[in-house]
Amino acid sequence: MTIHTQGITVALFATCINDVMFPGTPRAVVSVLERLGCRVEFPLDQTCCGQMFTNTGYFDAALPDVRNYVKAFSRYDYIVGPSGSCIGAVRHQHPMLADYAKDAKLAEAVDEVVAKTYDFTELLVDVLGVTDVGAYFPHRVTYHPTCHSVRVAKVGDRPYQLLSKVKGIDLVPLEAADQCCGFGGTFSVKNPDVSVAMGADKARHVLDTGAEYLVAGDNACLMHIGGLLHRENSGVKTIHLAEVLAHTEGAAA
Amino acid sequence: MSTPRSSSPPLRSPEQLHGDPAVSTDAARRTPAPPAGTYLGMPRFQKNAREQLANEQLRKNLRHATGTIRAKRADRVAEVPEWEELRLAGEAIKNRTLRHLDTYLVQLEESLTRAGATVHWARDAAEANRIVVDLVKAKGVDEVVKVKSMATQEIELNEALEEAGVAAWETDLAELIVQLGHDRPSHILVPAIHRNRSEVREIFLREMKQYGTPAPEDITDDPAELAGAARRHLREKFLRAKVAISGANFAVAETGTLVVVESEGNGRMCLTLPETLISVVGIEKVLPTFADLEVFMQLLPRSSTGERMNPYTSMWTGVTPGDGPQEVHVVLVDNGRTNALADPDGRAALRCIRCSACLNICPVYERVGGHAYGSVYPGPIGAVLNPQLRGIEHEIDQSLPYASSLCGACFEVCPVRIPIPDMLVHLRKQVADHKRGPHVESTAIALAGWVLSDHKHLELAERAAALAARALPHTTHLGPLPWPASPWTRARDLPMPPQESFREWWRKNRGEERR
Repeated sequence: MTIHTQGITVALFATCINDVMFPGTPRAVVSVLERLGCRVEFPLDQTCCGQMFTNTGYFDAALPDVRNYVKAFSRYDYIVGPSGSCIGAVRHQHPMLADYAKDAKLAEAVDEVVAKTYDFTELLVDVLGVTDVGAYFPHRVTYHPTCHSVRVAKVGDRPYQLLSKVKGIDLVPLEAADQCCGFGGTFSVKNPDVSVAMGADKARHVLDTGAEYLVAGDNACLMHIGGLLHRENSGVKTIHLAEVLAHTEGAAA
Repeated sequence: MSTPRSSSPPLRSPEQLHGDPAVSTDAARRTPAPPAGTYLGMPRFQKNAREQLANEQLRKNLRHATGTIRAKRADRVAEVPEWEELRLAGEAIKNRTLRHLDTYLVQLEESLTRAGATVHWARDAAEANRIVVDLVKAKGVDEVVKVKSMATQEIELNEALEEAGVAAWETDLAELIVQLGHDRPSHILVPAIHRNRSEVREIFLREMKQYGTPAPEDITDDPAELAGAARRHLREKFLRAKVAISGANFAVAETGTLVVVESEGNGRMCLTLPETLISVVGIEKVLPTFADLEVFMQLLPRSSTGERMNPYTSMWTGVTPGDGPQEVHVVLVDNGRTNALADPDGRAALRCIRCSACLNICPVYERVGGHAYGSVYPGPIGAVLNPQLRGIEHEIDQSLPYASSLCGACFEVCPVRIPIPDMLVHLRKQVADHKRGPHVESTAIALAGWVLSDHKHLELAERAAALAARALPHTTHLGPLPWPASPWTRARDLPMPPQESFREWWRKNRGEERR
């Protein structure tokens, strides 16, 4: 892959949950990309990847989201989102949904836009060719590799490459890191008891690290683990990877 | 081979049953009664799971057992550099077989018949059970020994034999623990995974004497002692039995060879000592050629027990005069498999070689165990297999596709690359379509679907969220709330939405220059 060190134009797919609940994360993506010389655009007609509908069995409710995505992002060469899960859903499920709709034109458009869609960590490491983004985060942190970032979006060790270059950071390993936290989208409310049992184990492993912050690339998983940590007044905060990378010396930590 | 044979034990007298309410109602039975009720009558997974989660002993046993076997599998797989190629080969062979299943099954029947075996075809569980019961009764025996077999568990053959007055003795150690414990299996490979050694000791002490050679009164919970008691208990049954019943891991169409892969040697005893051998085999177990075994004999042991090779692999091709069973029957069972085969999104489940790697890796299975799944096939593979084999009419089968966080670990370890998460999503669609008419879930989905179908709708929702946030400016999180928020907030705090959405921020800060 060609590495682009000169400013490129990147379209930001904020994802619906970040847009509504965690605006600090897409703001951090804007901040990091602009710092690296990119021009960021945010197509206002974007909505959601639709995975909540697809994964609950309501394919027809997801189809407008597939069409929205194509409409909002087709004209860009680089589309980036701060969520392994939503990016994974775009790549893995949108082609399936276009086939389900028996819409050949949509399927073709989906294939094109999917090829230009990146998780935030992929854009940084593969397209921009950077692992040191000039971040400073003087805290003890541990990283949870979310299931869809690893197994669907397949971001590999890029998050670790990026975190290891952050100045001042104390990155400590997480026990059973590769095990699911139990969020699972609507699983978290359709099977709340199992979801919480899984989350409790994850929270315990996080507490065992003595970290101040739990970092991940998906705010939905962090909302679940963080909800448990907050309920027990654990004092451990959750933070999206993009927000760690946006942090620079001079900004109050 | 000639073996000393004594008569089978008499029916247990009511005195023997005295003081044990669990078995006191089935004095006429030959074998320990399983728990009351049927799998299909079970409540939905969510409810079963809640009960299982509360069992601390079960949680501890499962955490230990699945953790150990997971690590063993990972070690054994890591030492095979071409593991991914083997998986791809396994997938390809199974796909080819399923694509031409009709051809290979007829070839299998011809090969088996040529080798002196008798082939029977069964459309469903009832037909398969009737065939086996008739064969056993024709031999004039009232007991059989069994090799561990998922197919016979699936059709509930033991109970069919019991109703016909025939005692079916499980000879696999874990199956014996389940049978003597009046219990149900909770794992494909290690059906007694939910029991620990002190529980096993109690079961052996209490039950063995009711059904044959008793356990020593002074037995401890030392695994070697427990295995010794099982060996002595089973030995008299092996030596007495005239009929054995098995399943098969593979059935080779080209040669008519059946294969059983096992660890304890009980299978070898059953497959060689009795005069008559009846094997109940799902139609998806067929492999085209003997050479195909090369791939599966590498994939299966490493995936299932985490061993390079299992201790006992038995292969037999019909009847060998003067050696082993002189009457060999093979019952080929459909029982829902052709329904799965007809579904393009579901047929991959028929590639399954019952290794259990998906159970051992599954974070949901690890916490709830096998009984919550309402089937002899628990875990991720059960969640895709049962709704296909049994349909989605029952509450339990409707709930199984949702018994997963879709974390994807099962696909990673599956030796035949069954895309379980994708299949679960397709089954969820079938379940959602099946539940006609508006209900809570479909209404919520319709509302959320409307909000997210157009950015203008989403902006309305964002403004409402921001208003709520401004009304409670000092609240960062919401604690326990009533329904419909309770499933989330009973154990987890919920962050408040921000006073300004990202979209709003963008409009204010970047909107002037760019869209």
